[in-house]
Amino acid sequence: MDAFNSLLLGFSVALTPINLFWCLVGVLMGTVVGVLPGLGPAATIAMLLPLTLKMDHTTAIIALAGIFYGARYGGSTTSILLNIPGESSSVVTCLDGYQLARKGRAGAALGISAIASFVAGTIGVLGLMLIAPPLARFALRFAPPEYFALMVLGLVMVVFLAGESMVKALLAMFVGLWIATIGTDLFSGESRFTFGQAKLLGGVDFIAATVGIFAIAEVLVNLESRGAAELFKLAKGLRNLLPTLQDIKDCRFAFLNGSLIGFFVGALPGAGATVASFLSYGLEKAVSRHPEKFGTGVIEGVAAPEGANNADASGALVPLLTLGIPGGNTTAILLGGLILWGYRPGPLLIQEHPELFWGLVASMYVGNVLLLILNLPLVPLFAQILRLPYYVLYPLILGISIVGVYSVNNSLFDVWVMGLFGLLGYLMRKLEFPAAALILGMVLGDSLERALRQSLMMSQGDIAILVTRPISGVLLAIAALVLCLPLVRKVRYWRVEAIEREG
Amino acid sequence: MTRDKGDLIAGAVLAAFGIYVITVAAKLPYVSDVGPGHGFFPLWLGIGLVVFAAGLIFTSFTSSVNKAKSSSQSWNSTVRPLAGWLAVMVAVALLGKIGFALSFVILTVFLVVALDRRPIGLAVGIAVGLAVAFHLVFVVALDVPLPKAVWGF
Repeated sequence: MDAFNSLLLGFSVALTPINLFWCLVGVLMGTVVGVLPGLGPAATIAMLLPLTLKMDHTTAIIALAGIFYGARYGGSTTSILLNIPGESSSVVTCLDGYQLARKGRAGAALGISAIASFVAGTIGVLGLMLIAPPLARFALRFAPPEYFALMVLGLVMVVFLAGESMVKALLAMFVGLWIATIGTDLFSGESRFTFGQAKLLGGVDFIAATVGIFAIAEVLVNLESRGAAELFKLAKGLRNLLPTLQDIKDCRFAFLNGSLIGFFVGALPGAGATVASFLSYGLEKAVSRHPEKFGTGVIEGVAAPEGANNADASGALVPLLTLGIPGGNTTAILLGGLILWGYRPGPLLIQEHPELFWGLVASMYVGNVLLLILNLPLVPLFAQILRLPYYVLYPLILGISIVGVYSVNNSLFDVWVMGLFGLLGYLMRKLEFPAAALILGMVLGDSLERALRQSLMMSQGDIAILVTRPISGVLLAIAALVLCLPLVRKVRYWRVEAIEREG
Repeated sequence: MTRDKGDLIAGAVLAAFGIYVITVAAKLPYVSDVGPGHGFFPLWLGIGLVVFAAGLIFTSFTSSVNKAKSSSQSWNSTVRPLAGWLAVMVAVALLGKIGFALSFVILTVFLVVALDRRPIGLAVGIAVGLAVAFHLVFVVALDVPLPKAVWGF
């Protein structure tokens, strides 16, 4: 059966009223859990899994997948409006999204995020449909050295997060890497840097740290200017609340960049949407004509990571459905569901259960259209939140932050951690250390250490293994080139300056 | 505090922190039976921290006077944010004792009255309104368990 006929079969499954209804329920729930920090798709799918046992299995997977990619849509909303990342993959969206909101372009940022997610979702589904099996086989060639190289490539994105000082960005990244080492070492079972706190054995909760560094620190910074603090500007009229044609034109490359990076990184088990969003942001900044404006509210700075974290959802389904390998928490729970329903995800799944695979693919097309239809009209409504006066907005941000962080593990300790990271984030802002670099270190630290140690175990301590394997060698070479970029720019700047002086 | 002083202090603190990381990591096994031990990675992180912190200390001596002046002004207004942060931490401490709703009301009233100089009636109205909204959305609609006091909310 060729792909077109298979897709027709998929649409005949996805467009039945019952599947359409559950797809809508899934994407709606996903959007809501994405908006709320802490309530992630993994927890929601786990909670709803028992309810799906009585459903038709294809309907169930359509609903659960809807939650998965719907959450990626919703995660951007609080990042843009309140500087609170709803998901770890939305952290990068805060950088330019929130700055756009401050400039009165919240509607445009939310709109472009919805469009980027739609484009990326569609490209991701096309990828899932056309290249899933070969891509899954390629992903299997990723052993620890290749993962190490991929993580290094992710880390060198710090070059693009650095403001004026590269040293500060590197220091922030190293602190982030150190934070990632806190807790129990999975190789030896021994604890490190836990300061005698049993609650730190599991490590520092990522959402608590991120919400503290971004949301709490933002409130603290704004508390500096009583009276002088202006309300956010908000454009009047529906037309001004949506992205302009120029915005969409400016984001052409970002849509493609985010979609492709998101899909390919998503297909690598364990890499995750957060890595994809950092990589796509870094690439977007690297090829931009105005890289210096990134971080100050650039529309492409929203489109690229939003596209990446949405395409990642389709990419993550590649190893799950074709090899039975879950790439993260959410896909692990989906795998549990598939096994519970009697399926054996693997190379034979597509042949043995075409209605399930193609029904899911087609439902993702439908779901992306539904999300766009649902989200674009909601943009002006969401943007109204910025009309609230500061003395309402700040308690609202603090309340959402506390509730969101507490609800992840029902842990007051995590709320304390959030508060401490709030102070750290504030001090970093005052001293001009890029907070995103610290987050990058935190996200990648654990995977980086694991991949490095596994690589050295494979080679019995020979570090050459990292550069002699083709994929890892190429990735590390790209990382080295990226690291040299600021130097090249500086040399070019000195040359121009020297020529001007001579002239 | 001038910018170069800020960077100097930050560099010194981070260098000291790096030394601490090295000291702790040095006590953990660098190599284990199967490969690198759990002291291996943090040790190199500590070394990296010390090296880059030294770089920051060095660059702090070369930063321009203009930057130093502008940064010195930005440190004059830290009292209100620090008071706000303390209020957040007090509210967090109260969460387990008097529940989310009441500690959130206290935090909001403090922020609106003490830091934003708004009338107390308005502050109480905002605080109670938001607390009720949080309860309805999270506890009632989404079934998220929030910290409760003996009186049930």
